[in-house]
Amino acid sequence: MDSVGSLIMFAILALSMVVFSVLAVTTRKILRAATFLLFTLFATAGVYFKLDYEFLGAVQIAVYAGGIVVLFVFSILLTSHPGDNSERLHSRRRTLGLVAAIAMLAVVGCSFIDRCELLVKAPAMTNPDMAVIGTELVDPAAGHYLLPFEAISVLLLACIIGGVVVARKR
Amino acid sequence: MEFISDFLNNIEITALWYLIPSLLMFCAGVYGFMTRKNMIAILISLELMLNAVDINFVVFNRFLFPGQLEGMFFTLFAIAIAAAETALAIAIIINIYRSVKNVDVTTLNEMKF
Repeated sequence: MDSVGSLIMFAILALSMVVFSVLAVTTRKILRAATFLLFTLFATAGVYFKLDYEFLGAVQIAVYAGGIVVLFVFSILLTSHPGDNSERLHSRRRTLGLVAAIAMLAVVGCSFIDRCELLVKAPAMTNPDMAVIGTELVDPAAGHYLLPFEAISVLLLACIIGGVVVARKR
Repeated sequence: MEFISDFLNNIEITALWYLIPSLLMFCAGVYGFMTRKNMIAILISLELMLNAVDINFVVFNRFLFPGQLEGMFFTLFAIAIAAAETALAIAIIINIYRSVKNVDVTTLNEMKF
């Protein structure tokens, strides 16, 4: 069984994930959408902490909540008047989106119900400590992650150069 | 009172409890991706979807293979790729805004400005 505190914490995290992600796609002010996205990302980091992946939670806060949301806010302030409402949706467009989302919900929900053996309790696990994560990440042996690590660093370099080339003044 | 404490003592947080909020988050992302017109709002919906997928990786890793780190590393790399993709997409959006003073996808129907 789980302690009551853990249940309450889970309820807060799950509710804020769902509510803020729905608000982020339905609010008509774009800056508010970015703020709700930030709250959703924080709740996700909370879920990672709750599942004992503390390094991942820290990365989520630093990169997503710290980096990407700041980029979003910058670009929103550069490209639109923050107080403006977006125009109301056509009902046809909204119906299309709702049908797609609910169809997806139904299909995946049915497959969840079908696979009820996923209803397992979390097995005991100790936090993966930084030494283990670090040696996994830079170990060149097969089944470890040195090659993806290097590929990611080249990708980030290419992305920096690409961003500068695309956005610079002609 | 006894009923409540019995209920609380027998309840267990299983994998499904984490998967359902992430499913709802993904569906919210799908809805936003199809209905929004502002390019930045579309990008926000895309981030929601990516985030929901990341949660699934971590939950499956934690509940099915707790001693291993595959799901965690996959999420780590997915976060890095999402950051790169967002930076590049925002550079493109700002460039489009500079050309046509607009980021509405319904009015962007010419490739050459």
